[in-house]
Amino acid sequence: MWKLLKIELFKIFKRPRTYIAFGAIAAIVFLIQVALKFDGKSYVDLLMSNLSGSFEFSDEFKDKLLNGYLICFVILNTLLIQMPLLVALIAGDSIAGEANMGTLRLSLTKPVSRTQYMLVKFAASVVYTLALLIWMAALALFGSMLIFGTNDMVVLRSEGIEQMKDFDVLWRYMAAFGYAAVALTTVSALAFLLSVFAENSIGPIIATMSIVIVLTILSEMNIPIYDKTIKPYLFTSHMVAWKGFFYVKADAEGTTINGSIENLPAVLRSLGILMAYIVLFFSTSVWVFRKKDILT
Amino acid sequence: MKSIFFIGLFIFSVFSSAGQTAEDIINKVKAKLEKVNDYEAKGKMKTNVIFIKAPIANVKVYYKKPNKLRINNESGISFIPKGSVNINLNNIFINTEGFDIIDVGKEAGTNLRIIKLLPKDENAEVVLSTVYVDELQYVIKKAKTTTRENGTYELEMTYGKYAEYGLADKVSFSFNTKDYKLPKGITFDYDDGSKKEEPADKLKNKKGKVEITYSAYTINKGVPDSVFK
Repeated sequence: MWKLLKIELFKIFKRPRTYIAFGAIAAIVFLIQVALKFDGKSYVDLLMSNLSGSFEFSDEFKDKLLNGYLICFVILNTLLIQMPLLVALIAGDSIAGEANMGTLRLSLTKPVSRTQYMLVKFAASVVYTLALLIWMAALALFGSMLIFGTNDMVVLRSEGIEQMKDFDVLWRYMAAFGYAAVALTTVSALAFLLSVFAENSIGPIIATMSIVIVLTILSEMNIPIYDKTIKPYLFTSHMVAWKGFFYVKADAEGTTINGSIENLPAVLRSLGILMAYIVLFFSTSVWVFRKKDILT
Repeated sequence: MKSIFFIGLFIFSVFSSAGQTAEDIINKVKAKLEKVNDYEAKGKMKTNVIFIKAPIANVKVYYKKPNKLRINNESGISFIPKGSVNINLNNIFINTEGFDIIDVGKEAGTNLRIIKLLPKDENAEVVLSTVYVDELQYVIKKAKTTTRENGTYELEMTYGKYAEYGLADKVSFSFNTKDYKLPKGITFDYDDGSKKEEPADKLKNKKGKVEITYSAYTINKGVPDSVFK
């Protein structure tokens, strides 16, 4: 199994197109960091325009607010919507790519079961997803900390503001990245499932992108008829639950409670739902693949 | 003999203060505050605004005559309300000559003297200030300032070892907040399913409060102007 996994990883990381996603992430992160380094105060003005009637926002306040933790949050807010598309590039190619090249049947002549083969293929996709996430964490979090420094973190929600002390932030990012790994693995599992049905990798990649885009739009729309009926069951509704680690509890006077999470059970429930989707997508793909007549 | 002397002194001081005009009281309060040319104070600031969850901050408050005031969070971030310059009581008396002083009498229960200060200038930003004065210590315990543009500010002070300078150990500053709302398309909030009730009304035009508990003042040792930039 381990040898097979190494072969799969070698195949993934040997292909130049694998690094397109790494390059795209580096470019986006860099562009956001540069923009906020040179024009961050305008961005803060825009965000705080609602509050400018009640509070004073000095340049010193803006400089402190634009710290590495906030910049990373802004980047994640932007990137974690696009990242599923990058993840689908590899997972969607996993089986369909082999079928397209005509190497699938050959691969299955080796003394490994189809379940083992699928397990290894999926594990390789997950490793790629994790590598992409670690790359993003390194650039977005540690890169921003290096460029902008650290301070208290302020998170803007549609109906309130959350503020955390700087010493109370890093563990939240670690938890959020852990959660994001599960969220992206869900997309990877979906692309992997679609890959089983196709003999050309373009199909599953585009299908995964389309599904993620449509469901994300549906998740973000505020239409009462969908709010209780469809949205709670869409995996895209739960992919943003990493933000739950940055929503803090407060006492009766609005003072942040250090180390707290506003609604941990909800975040864990979302995590459970995503894991259930992973199991569903992967087991379905194994079930389909085991019954499939491999002709190429 | 000694006790009779002190009782007599107490009765004298009570009657003499009861006989004072509002102008006398204001002048004595003002004289006390004028002893302070500048100060630097360390304290802890608690922000209580309905839509903000913020930790308690360690702050430094700088003041310099006549009306320069700055609240600095030395290590972290603090949302400083507009009009926070009013936590310095000297601000109320900057134009004493420009006010009509109205004696409203004593507040029931607390025995504080209520004095209203009406600016003579019709275009002044402050429309009305009401101060509640402790006549024994000549310190302002409460103040309400109504402004033309920024609503009403309320102050409540608790005094301790710096009462001789008219400087409070604890200041509670209440102010009007405007409604807060950001589009979900910008924030991409995570909806955890626990819908909060009555959010729209709750967030509109409520009072916010900032409490500063001072631990130490450094008085009249000089504060550079650069602090206030």
